[in-house]
Amino acid sequence: MNEQPNKDHATLALEFNRDEERVNWHDETLWWIRQKRDKAAHQLVEWESLREAASQIKNNVLSNLQNYLVQFEQNAVANGIEVHWAVDAAEHNKIVHRLINEAHATRLVKSKSMLTEECGLNEYLAQKGIEVIDSDLGERIVQLAKEPPSHIVLPCIHKKKEEIGELFHKHLGIEANISDPQFLTETARQHLRSVFLTRKVTLTGVNFAVAETGEFVICTNEGNADMGAHLADVHIASMGIEKIVPERKHLGVFLRLLTRSATGQPITTYSSHFKTPRDGKKIHIIIVDNGRTVQLGRKDFRNSLKCIRCAACMNTCPVYRRSGGHSYHTAVAGPIGSILAPNLDMEKYADLPFASTLCGSCSNVCPVKIDIHEQLYKWRQVLVKNGHAPTVKKAMMQVMTWTLSSPVLYHAAGKAGRWTIKHAPFAINNKFNPWYKQREMPASPALSFSDWYKRNK
Amino acid sequence: MRSRETILSAVKANQPANTGLPDISIFEKRVKGSAHKFATTLKSVGGKIFYVTDYEEISRILLKQYGKEMRIVSPIIELRDIRSDNPDTLDSIHQLQDVELAVLKAHFGIAENGAVWITEDYMQYRILPFITQHLAVVIHADDIVPTMHEAYELISKATYGFGTFIAGPSKTADIEQSLVIGAHGPRSMTVFIINNNNAEEESRR
Repeated sequence: MNEQPNKDHATLALEFNRDEERVNWHDETLWWIRQKRDKAAHQLVEWESLREAASQIKNNVLSNLQNYLVQFEQNAVANGIEVHWAVDAAEHNKIVHRLINEAHATRLVKSKSMLTEECGLNEYLAQKGIEVIDSDLGERIVQLAKEPPSHIVLPCIHKKKEEIGELFHKHLGIEANISDPQFLTETARQHLRSVFLTRKVTLTGVNFAVAETGEFVICTNEGNADMGAHLADVHIASMGIEKIVPERKHLGVFLRLLTRSATGQPITTYSSHFKTPRDGKKIHIIIVDNGRTVQLGRKDFRNSLKCIRCAACMNTCPVYRRSGGHSYHTAVAGPIGSILAPNLDMEKYADLPFASTLCGSCSNVCPVKIDIHEQLYKWRQVLVKNGHAPTVKKAMMQVMTWTLSSPVLYHAAGKAGRWTIKHAPFAINNKFNPWYKQREMPASPALSFSDWYKRNK
Repeated sequence: MRSRETILSAVKANQPANTGLPDISIFEKRVKGSAHKFATTLKSVGGKIFYVTDYEEISRILLKQYGKEMRIVSPIIELRDIRSDNPDTLDSIHQLQDVELAVLKAHFGIAENGAVWITEDYMQYRILPFITQHLAVVIHADDIVPTMHEAYELISKATYGFGTFIAGPSKTADIEQSLVIGAHGPRSMTVFIINNNNAEEESRR
């Protein structure tokens, strides 16, 4: 969605970084959410055991996925739900379009589904003349702004309330210069209520699909998925193959972890369990692969399929917080997105595993214990081996190899570096050196460590 | 159906060796849930709590709050005197769009997160707890469990077409992380805890 294929993470981050005040706000706000997550997690003595249990359940799911998918399908069909399978984004979008046509509808109300972002569903349906309205407040805002979401839980975290007021002024007819969140939310409530009441077809995502019972669970705070689903005649639910949990009781583990990790709430306001359609109405589930089975086959990276989309890794990430979600130019941003995206297109997303300090904070907060930073590191090896590293980086690495393998060269280079910082800082602090963007110069030390050691030993 | 076979055979070819499921029964507390903890948690997510002794008291409180002008809908037979109309006779669920207050029973509450579990048979219409401007829920003090694990233990025996955990009024913080109550669903959620034994003691805490 509005992707900028020619711009890599660093370039897009630079654009985001032009507004320093906004970057600071973004950084601090996401850190505040990370702190709320910590507070919620620390209230449960069993937190670490829960993470371990969730991780083991998801490992079990991945290792028995074929059986679970068949079991889920059987039970869902027995419950009166129609099940469809899509190998890729194109097939998924075609199925959705066909189902809308079959319902003789031309309009769709949609609740949050990162999968449909991944599939580019909105653009596809627009080309087919289907009107799509996103009903999650944050998603509606970015939709009006013609932008993709920048965060999977907080889609418009990059927007200021004044900009949202301006959007609502332009599109929803409120007066100019209103920025009160209460007023703006009420405006969206009125606008979307009339949408919910007039749409015959709704599309939602799926948080969890239970193999044992054939039911699926959708979690929201706003209630938008329920407003759409219970008023429409046709409910389409799109899910990736990895959304399965084996038994209903396992939901207990995941619902305890999900929102505490995401926002620090003990649970979302609504955790709705859909088992059968309403009398005379229809529920369709579309089970989507779109590269997931390939990822399942990559031993080092299959763990990424355990993700429950809480976004804790984004909120804690020092790079995400300061570069913004759009800099990742993919539907799922941040650390988890950076290990999912190269699976879909190695060349296009070769920059993302490098958009990390490898500090490991993402892995520490992940509720299902995905080794995110280790996978980022492993992706770098794979990308370089496959020839996807930038030319400059390759050349630099070669120079570093020569320098670090020769003590004479190493000492000479150190001396030259210290002299340059002291006497000719402009040679380093210039626009050709990305390390000096948004950074102050460090003072150059008078001595190298080895010179200091020689004098003081 | 070709896509189904393609996906399933790709899954089979790529899935790792079988690993077992963990024992999650270790998380069950095997004690009663605390009404006090439930109430505190629900209040922290924007809900309201009343300890009452019976439905008569609930009727009195609701009438005082909402008066007789507002449209009140409830499938609870004990509350038939305060409900505005009988929703059994709706032509379309869209007629619920101007409901001011819906009063529903819940099966139980959960102390750790302030949620109540309501299934379709207690809602009358699936849309009712979402489309109403305000929601009130009735539970018994004995029906409070400590965590989600005991909740699913109770649910495991149940059959339902639709069921939901509701924890507080609908809300959003999508605009600059400012919490706003009343996103698309109810603008308030009140839970009445019926406690015939120690209502006074609980309410004084």
